[in-house]
Amino acid sequence: MLMLTCPACGVTAEETEFAPGGEAHLTRQGPGSGEAAFEGYLFARKNPKGVHFERWRHAYGCGKWFHAARCTATLEVFGTYPMGSAPPPDLIARLQARRPDREGRA
Amino acid sequence: MSTRLARGGRLIDRSAPLDFTFDGAKLRGYEGDTLASALLANGRMLMGRSFKYHRPRGPVASGVEEPNALVNLGLGARSEPNVRATTTELFDGLTATSQNRWPSLAFDLGAVNGAMSRLLPAGFYYKTFMFPRQFWKHLFEPVIRHSAGLGRPPRDRDADRYEQIHAFCDVLVAGGGVAGLSAALAAARRGLRVMLLEQGAGWGGRAPVDGGTIDGEPVETWIRNAVQALESLENVTMRVRCMVAGVHDHGYVLAEERIADHTPGDGRPRRRLWRIRAGRVIAATGALERPLAFAGNDRPGVLLASAVRDYLVNWAVSPGDRTVVVTNTDDAYRTAIALHEAGLSVPVVLDLRERADGALPQQARALGLRIETGKGIAGVLGRNRVTGVQICLQAGEGAVLETVDCDAVAMSGGWSPVVHLWSHCGGKLLWDEAATMFRPDPARPPTGADGAPMVACAGAASGALGLAECLAGGHASAGGTGPAPVGVTPDEAATEPVWIMPQGAPVALRDKMWLDFQNDVKVSDIQLAAREGFTSVEHAKRYTTLGMATDQGKMSNINGIAVLSQALDEAIPQVGTTTFRPPYTPVTFGALAGEARDGLFQPLRRTPLHDWHEAHGAVWEPVGLWRRPHAYPLGGETTEQAIRREVLAVRQAVGMLDASTLGKILVQGPDAGRFLDMMYSNVMSGLPIGRCRYGLMLNEQGFVMDDGVVARLSEDSWLCHTTSGGSDRIHAWMEDWLQCEWPEWQVFALNLTEQFGQITIAGPRARDLLETLGGMDLSSGALPCMAWAEGELAGVPVRVYRISFTGELSFELAVPANRVRALWDRLVAEGAALGAQPHGTGALHVLRAEKGFIIVGDETDGTVTPHDLNMGWAVSRKKADFIGKRGLERVALSAADRWRLVGLETLDGAVLPEGAYAVADGLNANGQRNTQGRVTSTYYSPTLKRGIALGLVRHGPERLGEVLEFPTTEGTRIRARIVDPVVYDKEGARQNV
Repeated sequence: MLMLTCPACGVTAEETEFAPGGEAHLTRQGPGSGEAAFEGYLFARKNPKGVHFERWRHAYGCGKWFHAARCTATLEVFGTYPMGSAPPPDLIARLQARRPDREGRA
Repeated sequence: MSTRLARGGRLIDRSAPLDFTFDGAKLRGYEGDTLASALLANGRMLMGRSFKYHRPRGPVASGVEEPNALVNLGLGARSEPNVRATTTELFDGLTATSQNRWPSLAFDLGAVNGAMSRLLPAGFYYKTFMFPRQFWKHLFEPVIRHSAGLGRPPRDRDADRYEQIHAFCDVLVAGGGVAGLSAALAAARRGLRVMLLEQGAGWGGRAPVDGGTIDGEPVETWIRNAVQALESLENVTMRVRCMVAGVHDHGYVLAEERIADHTPGDGRPRRRLWRIRAGRVIAATGALERPLAFAGNDRPGVLLASAVRDYLVNWAVSPGDRTVVVTNTDDAYRTAIALHEAGLSVPVVLDLRERADGALPQQARALGLRIETGKGIAGVLGRNRVTGVQICLQAGEGAVLETVDCDAVAMSGGWSPVVHLWSHCGGKLLWDEAATMFRPDPARPPTGADGAPMVACAGAASGALGLAECLAGGHASAGGTGPAPVGVTPDEAATEPVWIMPQGAPVALRDKMWLDFQNDVKVSDIQLAAREGFTSVEHAKRYTTLGMATDQGKMSNINGIAVLSQALDEAIPQVGTTTFRPPYTPVTFGALAGEARDGLFQPLRRTPLHDWHEAHGAVWEPVGLWRRPHAYPLGGETTEQAIRREVLAVRQAVGMLDASTLGKILVQGPDAGRFLDMMYSNVMSGLPIGRCRYGLMLNEQGFVMDDGVVARLSEDSWLCHTTSGGSDRIHAWMEDWLQCEWPEWQVFALNLTEQFGQITIAGPRARDLLETLGGMDLSSGALPCMAWAEGELAGVPVRVYRISFTGELSFELAVPANRVRALWDRLVAEGAALGAQPHGTGALHVLRAEKGFIIVGDETDGTVTPHDLNMGWAVSRKKADFIGKRGLERVALSAADRWRLVGLETLDGAVLPEGAYAVADGLNANGQRNTQGRVTSTYYSPTLKRGIALGLVRHGPERLGEVLEFPTTEGTRIRARIVDPVVYDKEGARQNV
């Protein structure tokens, strides 16, 4: 059972207090989008063994959605940051230090 | 013959005798005994039967790894199967029975399986009993199921209660042996919050049995002082009988405490589950001795050397008068010496190694014990009990050199660190060739949330078996400052890897060498699996069932892996281990459930009228966590009869429904209209203030996910009704879009579901009933269809919606939750004269189906579009975007042959079965009948006096009048005509009054 820190209210809590929301930083594809783009938006999700950017909601706390960067293999949490923002520089720096071989970005 | 010795026994209190029974025999033991030690003290070596061959079995171990001595403990509501006799503390009145035997433990007909063992090789159930096919279902499987299995599950409801507790600590030390005590002392003296949990009933682990000195004192003195020191510290929590079951993500630890197992019925909870967040875990979980693989090593009387020593020292029990010791370690000489010093006979020590010159062998020699190096056991004599062993050269093929009479064998194949807690969260192991063991690789520990190591192993669990290393390791693992306790024991020579005895054993011997005692997996089975291509250790495990018994391979896995590696001619580290998963030993379901049973199993949501419904005999329908009245049977009515009466009451007079469970979400803000236009497929921003509109919510795929009536309350606020089960989900759905996709939009969504109760008054006399209350003008001029108004009825503030789900003149009254009952009571009182009756969801479903109204979850299943439901009118063509618009544009969702909503009218008036399929011509790729539609809702309509149904049918609305065939599960067929979904008051005259 993970421990996460909600960046909105600052509480560090057990996983049971949160609800997972899948991959982060997806771009919504609405009317006018092509078939491939829309299919990707609906169904194609990363499933890495390693660093993953995710959405979580502090469902049984302040109710806010936020982002988390986490390793799916070791469960190391590199940081959480508010919804609507890109990963903050200190999180990226920590990520590069901890996983120098990592490919790709958030 | 096993027996109790006249003196000794560090754990028993001879002044406190305890009476117990085993298979009906009245026996006596002492306070401090385990069931196994007490049975041995009464001369009872035979305690169980193996799983597959029903071999007679005695205990082979003295602790949690015991695979053989499993019994059924207790009677009736306290009956528990598969309990290890070796870890069951004796109490007065204990009742145990043996398992997996018939008619008796000593004479078991199932043992015929053993004679047939050549016909039951590894994976036999995958190979035999396959044909003819029907024989499997009716003959083979019932027979196998009858003969397989160990204990029987209890029949009665568990008489005990269980509880759970949350705890937090900086350091959790698992294991109260000397390494754990040393670690806990070191951590506690640093001022950390420490928890020290020990699975057994006492502190100190094996050290008191194995001897030596710590800081110049006897081991037991140091342990007593260490425990006293820890008990005096406020920052230390200590528990015995508390097994650390698993280490999970981010230092989450589960432990099970046995509180009242040994004092049943004393009023305390039987067990307590600890749910702990530990900053760091120190696994001081010790090591387990491995058996040796020789022919007949499963005979009752063959025990681990450490177990023989435990029974002797802890409980003054001698497993036998004449014990042959067979070993590849120096450690087993402690057993030989202890037996000799207790006045028992050790005819010979068989040391598989070529040399035995360590301090302990020298001591044994000095005592005059006969030691044979390079020798092993070719066979064990005796059936229900060892009567002798045949000695052979370890290097040879098993030619018998000599036969020695004995009634017990003490074996030692080396020690395996208990690495479970290290491995649960991904800690890696390395194969230590010199020590012949898998031990934790300190370079690859399990890590926590911050990426730092979260588990450390100390003492024997780390591979450091000696007393001195255990103490030093425990101290160091906790970051101890100052000197570590100093332990002194004799030096021990290295062990040698011996996996089969003798090394050149022919198949006749390998076929009698047990690896997994409980599941009857032998050396020959593993070799067969390797020959048949099960070369992965995970595959070989599942094919042979090695390590899959209740002991989870604690004794068998390493030996099995070694035999597999030899068969594959690969090194042991290349073969690797199977995965260690929690729990370490079985945790009872009662503890996992804790208090979450009966009324506390899950929360129950009650509407403001719940008590009234209960008092008036409501039959309940669960809807999410709510309970809604399904019907109110009167007198001797069945539920179905009540539903029919309630339907007619609504059609002919007036009905009253508690609709409080409907979701009510207030959406407010400058961008609320724009937001709702995205949430709903139809337009909500243009809804005039004071009006209501039915809305459909789609997911991004274009499928219907919820529906309900939306009311425009003011310029910037709307009230959205959701389905009864959907309010929390839809509120979360709105929040998701608001926070993540359009955070700049100024909208609040507030879930008011429980703030308001809702009462539906429907039927031709509905207006008459409300007018008796007074306070509002509810005429059609003042409040037309799909309008709402606020006011007071009978002095209670209400918001009245003129909306209808029944097709009748209908008013929904939203009332502050604390005033609902007052209004309801008035309605009941005034309604009597008008023929008003309360009705439940059963009648509501029939009433709406007569009108062809859908229910999300009945007519929809997550693959149904608005167009499938003939509700294209609810999908805006004008809006540039809404959730689901792009999804609906997908080709497949506008295909002509989609299944679409129709009514179904049975030709003979019967009621179609729920979920029945309409068959079409031909067969599909799987050889099944093709289908062309299915029933989504089906009821008896008391209004029309025949069965009615809604269904989804291919090209449905274009096929009105066609007759479909619906096969039933009874083999009959029901024929039904495709009709319009609305079978009552198609033009809607009844609600427009």
